[in-house]
Amino acid sequence: MRRRDFLKVSASAAVGGGLLLGFGLPVRSEVRDTLTTNAPFAPNAFLRIDRAGKVIFVSPLIEMGQGTYTSLPMLIAEELEVDVDKVAVEHAPADDKVYANPLIGIQMTGASTAIRAMYVPLRRAGATARVMLVAAAAQRWKVDPATCRAENGVVVHAATGRRLGYGALVDAAAKLPVPEKVALKEPAAFRLVGKAHRRLDTSGKVNGSARFGIDTRLPGMKFAVLAQSPVFGGKLASIDEAKAKAVPGVTQVVRLDDAVAVVANHTWAAKQGLAAAAPQWDAGPNAKVSMTDIVGQLARAAEKPGAVARNDGDAARAIAGAAKRIDAVYEQPFLAHATMEPMNCTVHLTTDGCDIWVGTQVPGLTQAAMMKLTGLKREQVRIHNHLLGGGFGRRLEFDGTVRAVQIAQHVRGPVQVIWPREEDIQHDMYRPYYYDRVTAGVDAQGKAVAWSHRITGASIVARYIAASIKNGVDPDAVESSANLPYGFPDIHVDWVRQEPPSGIQTTWWRGVGVTRGTFVVESFVDELAASAKHDPLAYRIAFLDKNPRARAVLQLAAERSGWGKPLPAGQGRGIALCTGFGSFIGQVVQVSVGKDGAVSPVHVWCAVDCGLQVNPDTIRAQMESGIIFGLSAALFGEITIKDGRVEQTNFGDYRVLRISEAPRIDVHLVNSTEAPGGIGEPGTSCVMPALTNAIFAATGRRIRKLPVGDQARAA
Amino acid sequence: MIRLNVNGKPRDVDVADDTPLLWTLRDVLNMTGTKFGCGQGLCGACTIHIDGQPARSCITPVSAAGGKRITTIEAVGATAAGKKIQAAWLALDVPQCGYCQSGQIMSAAALLAATPKPSDSDIDTAMAGNLCRCGTYPRIRAAIKKAAGVTDTGA
Repeated sequence: MRRRDFLKVSASAAVGGGLLLGFGLPVRSEVRDTLTTNAPFAPNAFLRIDRAGKVIFVSPLIEMGQGTYTSLPMLIAEELEVDVDKVAVEHAPADDKVYANPLIGIQMTGASTAIRAMYVPLRRAGATARVMLVAAAAQRWKVDPATCRAENGVVVHAATGRRLGYGALVDAAAKLPVPEKVALKEPAAFRLVGKAHRRLDTSGKVNGSARFGIDTRLPGMKFAVLAQSPVFGGKLASIDEAKAKAVPGVTQVVRLDDAVAVVANHTWAAKQGLAAAAPQWDAGPNAKVSMTDIVGQLARAAEKPGAVARNDGDAARAIAGAAKRIDAVYEQPFLAHATMEPMNCTVHLTTDGCDIWVGTQVPGLTQAAMMKLTGLKREQVRIHNHLLGGGFGRRLEFDGTVRAVQIAQHVRGPVQVIWPREEDIQHDMYRPYYYDRVTAGVDAQGKAVAWSHRITGASIVARYIAASIKNGVDPDAVESSANLPYGFPDIHVDWVRQEPPSGIQTTWWRGVGVTRGTFVVESFVDELAASAKHDPLAYRIAFLDKNPRARAVLQLAAERSGWGKPLPAGQGRGIALCTGFGSFIGQVVQVSVGKDGAVSPVHVWCAVDCGLQVNPDTIRAQMESGIIFGLSAALFGEITIKDGRVEQTNFGDYRVLRISEAPRIDVHLVNSTEAPGGIGEPGTSCVMPALTNAIFAATGRRIRKLPVGDQARAA
Repeated sequence: MIRLNVNGKPRDVDVADDTPLLWTLRDVLNMTGTKFGCGQGLCGACTIHIDGQPARSCITPVSAAGGKRITTIEAVGATAAGKKIQAAWLALDVPQCGYCQSGQIMSAAALLAATPKPSDSDIDTAMAGNLCRCGTYPRIRAAIKKAAGVTDTGA
């Protein structure tokens, strides 16, 4: 077998017997080369079948609520001809080569890629294993493999009724050549894919046995509570170590340059010790930084032309010559992730290795960073991944692991480092503040003839995957406008990078650039419709004649919502479209605005065309999830900075939606045979403008700056 | 040393009186099903039952629980209401990331035990203190109604 083929699919005897399959995929080289020194092809996902017939899938992607620990096994089981419940999932160890997400190039769970990346490879994995098992049975029976079939974990020779379970065949199968090509099922033949399947991870999550990183318990483990400089970029000045150590159970105080940790026999003692230590800080250069400075910088930066992301025709000229010009500025705040599982990490560092127990979206990047920090070799830094108590982008960063290892460098034995919720909120890496200027030219009938959009903000891509910056443009930051679904004749989109003051770190947040962009695009299109005195749905449809999937989801959501039917006073419906992650989402929000300006989302209708569906119930769950996550952000979400420090502290002042505030949600799935799209994020992206457009419909107030807060209150 | 009754078993713990039950359960007794979320009684992730009543264990000192029956997620399935709630949670696939669900289930089980046929307003009152970032609220509501055998109007 040629090397290239061997790397694509390899089979071998598993340790202890059984069949082990490794799969290789080409990964996006520009991303990979930035982050790893990978070969063009590498084994990618591992599937193991043991002598008991148990199927083990070592998943390159981690479960953080999105349902991949069910949908990925479904893909394998579909072609392998086993029950989904027969596929056990294991967290993959850190390895950017072996466990790379083929759409991203490194071992990463994010960007709504799981199904898009794995739809073909995992089916191929299952099919390859099945073909080899069938071949092994045929060899044993001395019959033509074509006369055998696989079903329910057993190979059957129909003519003679002979049957052999997969477990009895794995050793023989492991010695067979790997077929170069296997036929995959046509969607019409699917018995699992496309039918709702119960999640495989639910039982542990209802009886307390599911293990998150924070649940790591090791013999002799200490507990540490962390405080970092409240002012970004500040330093630890002094602490009262004696008072901390006087707290019963406290064993140690660890001073870092810009942080302090108190180590104890349990978290409460550590927390009490930290309070007693009363750390004092040197604020440093950011002592006076406030939102006025940050937003002022953005507004000034947005005055100058940026790197051009799209230029169709001559938008400036078309706007100058248009019957009317409409301008708007939209602002979107810093946002925290506030995952329910606060940041935490458990480390056992010895002279010959570093074991790390954590829930992470990026095991490989984390491993590489800890190698750098500790000077240890790759095989000495062992990442033990866990279920994530919420990801949303927060766990695409390894700053929490850096902190834990820095502390562990001073502690003998294993130590669990916990961030109190206040640290989690005040030292998050935030969704960046974005400042968008949009201008349209419209004709005498109010129809848009030109669109000009300048996007100004921090670049996560430039820090995280610099090779993806092309011609000075951050593709994530501009995505929604550069890939505008609406067919406006002349379009100009440019991007200005403006970072916040140093020390305020920004990162991915559910929906990434699409979420920020969708809010601006869908709000401004709504403004154009309002200015033209057109129905917001009809106005959009008129520009979607080349985008039938987008048109269809808008129409479906509108139809289900009773669009156009009268509503009681104080209520309104708003509509929005999100095209991103390979999916099409249309949503209508019905909102009630009280006389006091209190905004209550009453009902959300969501139409989803995400191409071929793998687990429809997961798609529904992700829409419900995205909608509620987005409503929290749109209604309340805002991190503000005063005197160089974050003003919010905990769920009391960083509000998230409660069950009593959650709307009724109806999700409608569109049957499609198009390639599968992502579903983790677009629900969030779509709901924010649908909400603010509904507020406009109810009150005539246009929300151009998030969060909504009390802006719906009559002046 | 304080003697606690946790899930029907006596447990002696050597912690200060003001130590919250949350950390006593998690760090001293290694019962990690009860979750830390906020430390201030704001999110409900740490909800347990004390004598059948829901309590936020992150702000309940061990001294307040002496002589009382503590029930955690690990044992709530042994109660009639807890068993029904867990079954409904499984049937409707309520959890996503799952981190808040121990607390959700403890609050829901306490609601069902006290109010066998809860209205939407009862559900709002009992569950509004349990935050979920994954947005499982619609399914939580539906699952409580399923466990209670009341019709879900989808509201």
